[in-house]
Amino acid sequence: MDSEVNAQRPAKPPRANKDKVTVRGLNFYYGENHALKEVTLSLFEGQVTAFIGPSGCGKSTLLRVLNRMYDLYPGQRAEGEVLLEGENILSKELDVNLLRSRVGMVFQKPTPFPMTIYDNIAFGVRLYEKLPRSEMDARVESSLKRTALWGEVKDKLNASGLSLSGGQQQRLCIARTVAISPELILFDEPTSALDPISTAKIEELLDELSGEYTIAIVTHNMQQAARVSHYTAFMYLGEMVEFNETNTVFTSPRDKRTQDYVTGRFG
Amino acid sequence: MASSFYPARRRRNAMWMGLSVAAAAIGLTGLFMILVVLLWKGFAGLSLDVFTQMTPPPGSSGGLLNAIVGSLIMTVIGVAVGTPLGMLAGTYLAEYGKYSRLAVVVRFINDILLSAPSIVIGLFIYEIVVAPMGHFSALAGALALAVLVVPVVVRTTEDMLNLVPNSLREAGASLGMPRSLVIQRIGYRAVRAGLITGVLLAIARVSGETAPLLFTALNDQFFSTNLLKPMSSLPTVIFQFALSPYKEWQQLAWTGALIITLAVLALSIAARALSATTKQQ
Repeated sequence: MDSEVNAQRPAKPPRANKDKVTVRGLNFYYGENHALKEVTLSLFEGQVTAFIGPSGCGKSTLLRVLNRMYDLYPGQRAEGEVLLEGENILSKELDVNLLRSRVGMVFQKPTPFPMTIYDNIAFGVRLYEKLPRSEMDARVESSLKRTALWGEVKDKLNASGLSLSGGQQQRLCIARTVAISPELILFDEPTSALDPISTAKIEELLDELSGEYTIAIVTHNMQQAARVSHYTAFMYLGEMVEFNETNTVFTSPRDKRTQDYVTGRFG
Repeated sequence: MASSFYPARRRRNAMWMGLSVAAAAIGLTGLFMILVVLLWKGFAGLSLDVFTQMTPPPGSSGGLLNAIVGSLIMTVIGVAVGTPLGMLAGTYLAEYGKYSRLAVVVRFINDILLSAPSIVIGLFIYEIVVAPMGHFSALAGALALAVLVVPVVVRTTEDMLNLVPNSLREAGASLGMPRSLVIQRIGYRAVRAGLITGVLLAIARVSGETAPLLFTALNDQFFSTNLLKPMSSLPTVIFQFALSPYKEWQQLAWTGALIITLAVLALSIAARALSATTKQQ
């Protein structure tokens, strides 16, 4: 795709900028491997920020720092500052599970739990709230409506979450995340395992969820980044090369490497 | 040019195919013959008496009731003791230990235990339970069986939990679920059928064990449910009766062997059916 086509792409107008997350001088290591180098950027409240870049550039790594997912694996460590509403989430004293209740995540492959559709959503809610049955029903319904899945599953809430199609499973996972009302939702290539129609539905959903939630999305698909995001961060070899309004990154990038990547010269 | 190789290749293929089929046939024939003899001789002695009468003194008729009940009691206790231990250890290996030094050592020892001759286990329990108590007991027998159950359950639990994709663990963690909950509510649930299969296989494994019981529970000619006394079991009765010169005893040994075989067969079929449902999910 060339920059002229880019110029015609309807860009989202950025909204008021208030930092939800501030990343300053972040370094990340997989053992000896220095995967993120002095990364600095902001995720603005209620806006969608896309992380793009070639494979291995560190965009997924950055995403997994934001909910400390890397904590699950020994030998992975982060240094620097990542502030969520001013609080450094890299701090050792931080309760990681509490952090993850504020920062939801949706994965590349749909990961429904091996239980009913209803329980897939109720399960997460029960970790934090003890709701009477009727309120839980309402929460499940609103979460499924929020993700445009209600009409498709309302008659089979007791069926296994695994019985749904891939696209439906992914929307179920988003519903599950939305149900516990996080402030920030991380999407790690959420559509790369889905067909185009399911992809379109998820993108629509991202659009609807933005505003209420702050969203960060890693994507391999540049058109997707252009369609869904307000801000785009281009990463290369562990560095944050360029971070700006999506429109600017795609139409008049400052860095040569960004220019080459968004015009499809490499990646 | 390639075509000149073709007939030779086909002959070689036919030859290996023939050898494989022959090997399979030899193996299956032996198995089939054992089963036929067992069914033939076993069914001949099968009657209601087998399930209602005690093991008889030489020269008179009787049944296997005390042995069947003894086997059930000791197997149930053995599995009840061994399964939780095995599941916890397997969970440690798969979820926490992974490739740590301790886990590697535990895994290695477990593999040895898995293939240890069961008579060694019997001697071990004899030393630490029977000798201090001063007499044989059903409890010692059950413990010996528990020691045999543990490695089987450790292995299946670890193998099954390793089948749980990391993405599922991460998905649980991403909701703020503590690790223990992720394992219990998601990990175990995802492979539930596999875990049950492991337990069924462990039951099948121990229900035919004779050697460890000879040193621990010994035998009892009469009906007993006292765990601190010796207790009869099918394998030991079969062992004793099959070697005896008495016709009635030999017949009961055949019938007992048939009962164990059918029970293990039923368990194996149940295990297969369960693992088939796991794959469908």
